[in-house]
Amino acid sequence: MGRYVARRLLLTIPVLIGASFLIFAMVYALPGDPIRALGGDRPLAPAVVAQLRDDYNLDDPLLIQYAKYVGDLLQGDFGTDFRGRAVLDTITQRLPVTIRLTAVAIAFEAVIGIIAGVLAGIRRNGFLDNLVLVSSTVVVSVPILVLAFVSQFVFGLQLGLFPISGISEGWRSFLLPGLVLAAGSLAYVARLTRTSVAENMRADYVRTAKAKGLPHRTVIIRHTLRNSLIPVVTFIGADIGTLMGGAIVTESVFNLPGIGRAVFDAVRQQEGAVVVGIVTLMVFFFIFFNLVVDVLYAVLDPRIRYD
Amino acid sequence: MKLSKRSTALIVGGLSTAMVLAACGGGDDDGGSGGAAGDGGSFSVYIGEPENPLLPGNTNETEGGQVVDSLFTGLVEYDNETNEAAFTGVAESIESTDQTTWTVTLKDGWTFHDGSPVNAESFVDAWNYAAYSPNAQGNSYFFANIVGYDQLQAGDDGSQPAATEMSGLRVIDDLTFEATLSSPYAQWPTTVGYTAFYPLPPAFFEDPEGFGEQPIGNGPFQAEEPFVPGQGITLTRYDDFGGDAPANAESVEYRVYAEQDTAYTDLQGGNVDIMDTLPPDAIASAESEFGDRYIETEQGDITSLGFPTYDQRFADPNVRKAISMAIDRQAISDAIFNGTRTPATSFISPVVQGYRDDACEACVLDVEEANRLLDAAGFDRSQPIDLWFNAGAGHDAWVEAIGNQLRENLGLEYQLRGELQQAEFLPLKDAKGMTGPFRDAWIMDYPVAENFLGPLYSSAALPPAGSNYSFYSNPEFDALLQQGNSAASDDEAIAAYNAAEDVLLRDFPSAPLFYRLNQGAHSENVDNVVIDAFGRIDAAAVTVVG
Repeated sequence: MGRYVARRLLLTIPVLIGASFLIFAMVYALPGDPIRALGGDRPLAPAVVAQLRDDYNLDDPLLIQYAKYVGDLLQGDFGTDFRGRAVLDTITQRLPVTIRLTAVAIAFEAVIGIIAGVLAGIRRNGFLDNLVLVSSTVVVSVPILVLAFVSQFVFGLQLGLFPISGISEGWRSFLLPGLVLAAGSLAYVARLTRTSVAENMRADYVRTAKAKGLPHRTVIIRHTLRNSLIPVVTFIGADIGTLMGGAIVTESVFNLPGIGRAVFDAVRQQEGAVVVGIVTLMVFFFIFFNLVVDVLYAVLDPRIRYD
Repeated sequence: MKLSKRSTALIVGGLSTAMVLAACGGGDDDGGSGGAAGDGGSFSVYIGEPENPLLPGNTNETEGGQVVDSLFTGLVEYDNETNEAAFTGVAESIESTDQTTWTVTLKDGWTFHDGSPVNAESFVDAWNYAAYSPNAQGNSYFFANIVGYDQLQAGDDGSQPAATEMSGLRVIDDLTFEATLSSPYAQWPTTVGYTAFYPLPPAFFEDPEGFGEQPIGNGPFQAEEPFVPGQGITLTRYDDFGGDAPANAESVEYRVYAEQDTAYTDLQGGNVDIMDTLPPDAIASAESEFGDRYIETEQGDITSLGFPTYDQRFADPNVRKAISMAIDRQAISDAIFNGTRTPATSFISPVVQGYRDDACEACVLDVEEANRLLDAAGFDRSQPIDLWFNAGAGHDAWVEAIGNQLRENLGLEYQLRGELQQAEFLPLKDAKGMTGPFRDAWIMDYPVAENFLGPLYSSAALPPAGSNYSFYSNPEFDALLQQGNSAASDDEAIAAYNAAEDVLLRDFPSAPLFYRLNQGAHSENVDNVVIDAFGRIDAAAVTVVG
């Protein structure tokens, strides 16, 4: 197992290099002149434009720009955005917000999703099953933007149960956005768990367990659930990476100064260093959580062995 | 039994991961929402994310400008009602006998927030820093008319500038300095109230980067903590403020919002006190919802339809006038903007001296005359015309409305060219790439008529140096502008600027369309909220009543 993990971690190095170069090249390929856009309708003084282009190596060819970027990176310098602010500062300041949001969302997703899925799966076509089916269909089909604004309006403004926006109230600030962010995945987790549980309920080993006279609870929790969770854990693990990078809408609507919004703004302003720095970090998280999932497989299912 | 241990381990493991993540995310922001509802003199203001560090020399947009304005006071200030320069700032007087060499005398007793005095060096050093091109300050060009500016610019070949200080700036004594301009400019004392001309303390030059996050100014509010990107900054009243009108409130929080809609919901919920701009879809209902807490004031700006005078098709002024006369500005304002745009009647904004409310005859709808002019000019109506604007900024609807009016009134087909973002659109404008009329917008830098003429239509402002995107160039116009700039009195200056505008009205390089109105609203927690012609809130004047 140790060797397997080490090998997988080593593999992330070429992946990160490749990913960062691809992202760098994509930002480079964006049309238009970001420095010109900085000035707006009134152009900056020509010498100032020249200075800025020089500061951000914008006149170099792609490979030279990337080499300079990596050179700085190896010295621990992540570069600066067009405001002159260090990218590393942006990351260290915004990452905790995104991590909190993701953690809340994953918690909702796992707890509510799995419980709903199990309840639905145990009694197929029962009332709970239909309830989960209908509600998850509704949640999946409503765009997250609508969900965000409506829940903000109803629970934040009208009922006053949650803060409308911002992060000034600590964990409470993250509950509503976390639930909104989790909604789609939550419905998916419920469906996934339900199918998986329903299938395993008919499996031989469950019948054996029942025949042995084990209590219903024990059969469900120890026998059915454990096997049923394998696809669910895969999904949730991969979802951590997706949620961390893809929370732009939620972060914007609830005004949470996280990573997603920073990437969005940086892409719009064509700030190569910011985009590459943050997205590469996201890629790393994605790889890391996938590795965690793979390791968990072995824990869940004794038949799976690495090495 | 073995199984159960493992599954417990899984759940605990999952939980502990969550804990670790939580611990990473733990922070110091449990301090309550701050700002709103009656905690003794604090209020909060919506802003968008500032684009630049909070430096006077590098702030040229409203979001950062709002904060910088609260932190600094310039030589002169602009009256909220008349928009004229008033000597309520640091300058005692700004005088000249030839409109070229200006002597600036400062009031005694002004200090920066760190206690250092505001003196002649504070201005001269700040201006030299902003003008010096290796410092890459966005507002550098504001100093271009001071003698010696060129020596502070790096050469085209990348060579270092010849000097670090403009020869046209001379410190005479602690409270006096002299500025020599490269050509006479009678309006110069009015221009120095702009953000770019604010003073800087010695502390700035020791750490420009840190200063940009937590500026030390001389204004009514001071920054006791740095600006947090994505979140904002809280400023507190500066008790040793040198001006006559110190801040009324204890503190003001500028809160950064990514979305206007979110801020508006917070305003409705009383969690943010002031918005100086409202989301487009809220404008129709805001007035009835907020009643006397809804604010509407004039803004010093103009939106025009620029013409590519370099394109043969639009080279005839009569073609340009005909297009202008086929546009029903009021109808567009009513249908698209809920009546919150005032149809333009001049190249100059109504907020400044020199505006004439009947200057532009071709700005009035006259379908018959428009068709006659177009026929007389031999315009080929069979080809559609391109209508250009920048993408993603909400201009689609009104440009399309113009297109529909052209089709209806002139029988012209149109094609919307709104596919380019600013980063592509602006370089195309610079490179004479417009194949038809295009959106042109301008917000004044300082309240003088010249600011609506010179930067947009003079030969000196041809791209890439300036914003003359019509590529209009007329020595007669340039000469009249120069005459206005060197006039000895305001009346003479305005007469010359009006004469210059008459030349524009004849040649019609662009069609004035609208003047915008500021629309804002505030909570019951505050009163005396004024939005000035620059779209900024006078934070010092705001009183907290809640």
